[in-house]
Amino acid sequence: MQTVGDLLTAHPFFAGLDERLVRELERCSRNVHFHIGEVLFREGENADRLLVIRRGRVALDVHVPGRGEVVVSTVDAGEVVGWSWFVPPYTWFFDARAVTEVSAVSVDASCLRDRCDADPVLGYMLMQRIAQVMYQRLQAARLRMLDLYEADHGG
Amino acid sequence: MVADVTTSPAVGAPSGDPLLPRPFRVVDVRRDTHDTVTMDLRSLDGDDLRFAPGQFTMLQAFGVGEVPISVSGDPARPRALTHTVRDVGGVTRTLCAVAPGDVLGVRGPFGRGWDVAGGAGGDVVVVAGGIGLAPLRPAVLAVLADRASFGRVTLLYGARSPAEVLFGRELERWAAGHGVDVEVTVDQADPSWAGRVGVVTELVPGARFDPERTLALVCGPEVMMRYVAEALTTRGVPARRVRLSVERNMRCGVGLCGHCQLREHLVCVDGPVFSLDQVRRQLAVKEL
Repeated sequence: MQTVGDLLTAHPFFAGLDERLVRELERCSRNVHFHIGEVLFREGENADRLLVIRRGRVALDVHVPGRGEVVVSTVDAGEVVGWSWFVPPYTWFFDARAVTEVSAVSVDASCLRDRCDADPVLGYMLMQRIAQVMYQRLQAARLRMLDLYEADHGG
Repeated sequence: MVADVTTSPAVGAPSGDPLLPRPFRVVDVRRDTHDTVTMDLRSLDGDDLRFAPGQFTMLQAFGVGEVPISVSGDPARPRALTHTVRDVGGVTRTLCAVAPGDVLGVRGPFGRGWDVAGGAGGDVVVVAGGIGLAPLRPAVLAVLADRASFGRVTLLYGARSPAEVLFGRELERWAAGHGVDVEVTVDQADPSWAGRVGVVTELVPGARFDPERTLALVCGPEVMMRYVAEALTTRGVPARRVRLSVERNMRCGVGLCGHCQLREHLVCVDGPVFSLDQVRRQLAVKEL
């Protein structure tokens, strides 16, 4: 039987994290599951967790008047959802919806912030990883702004 | 051990005078997306047009003009010359409006291709963006025709939207029946889309392949290719085993006119497929 700590250790986001730090995170974590179409959280709600996706796909949606729901990004197994828990005012910026069956570890944001405050090593290790995710998402968003595939060439 | 590979010599070479177009009749036209069609052509002189995956022809709408278009058909079935054309205005608009029975001019095939066979014994990663999937289709078909000679085969494809995904049913067939790991991502979608949303570069880190034994074939907008190439080499794929199809204003097709010069290369004869180590510096120069 795998513990939540085992699940965290096996996840790419926490790769290389010291065992002791994983055990600290484990105290803030629980295993969760979402069914297809289930809403994980909604825009404007309290960003109370970091979701570590183990299996499945999550869509981040935003409602655009006149266009309906638009998917701005997807997050797959091996990735994490959300950094709103980490930046005041700690509210979700988008909706999140399970595109497939989703298994994840939910890490309580308040507990996580407290532990990072109490243990700067843990805080630094975690911030490094969050910064990496933010960097990749920012670069991807910039590339999408270029609208690369619009009439690039005729074939 | 996988042998190093170089881009293939021109397997398919034009018959007769390469500057004279041969008449081909349009025998079938399929609309792929709102601005892209795939057409099958048959030569009026009866000779098949044999080509290597990655080669292109100069396709001519008589009285309108001529453009370089990569062959998108099956290299094992040279009787039908297949081209996928996107309407980006000018000549391509006329080409996208053809109907069965129309006659087009064809010169070629020209250039060097992907050299798929050179990747045998290792994994193959195909990364395409937009219309860039069309020049890669013959390479995928060549791999599938000799599937047992290759390890893991992965296709990563990015498009603007689900409606602009090329060869959608074929992608499903490749994934379901040919052991190809197919990942499609789009820039924008509504909630009915169950695939990924994001840029194709994001798919590279999570793709499963053995970098040192991988042949990577990349085609799409040049900016996309630059970042995909960086992501592939970051994963450990040697630059000499990353192949890019480069577009540079090809005109004559035989290295005479110089319109397609890219520093020391003439794209129409030295390319359009280059290894990353051949063109890495040139891709970073803004004026080229």
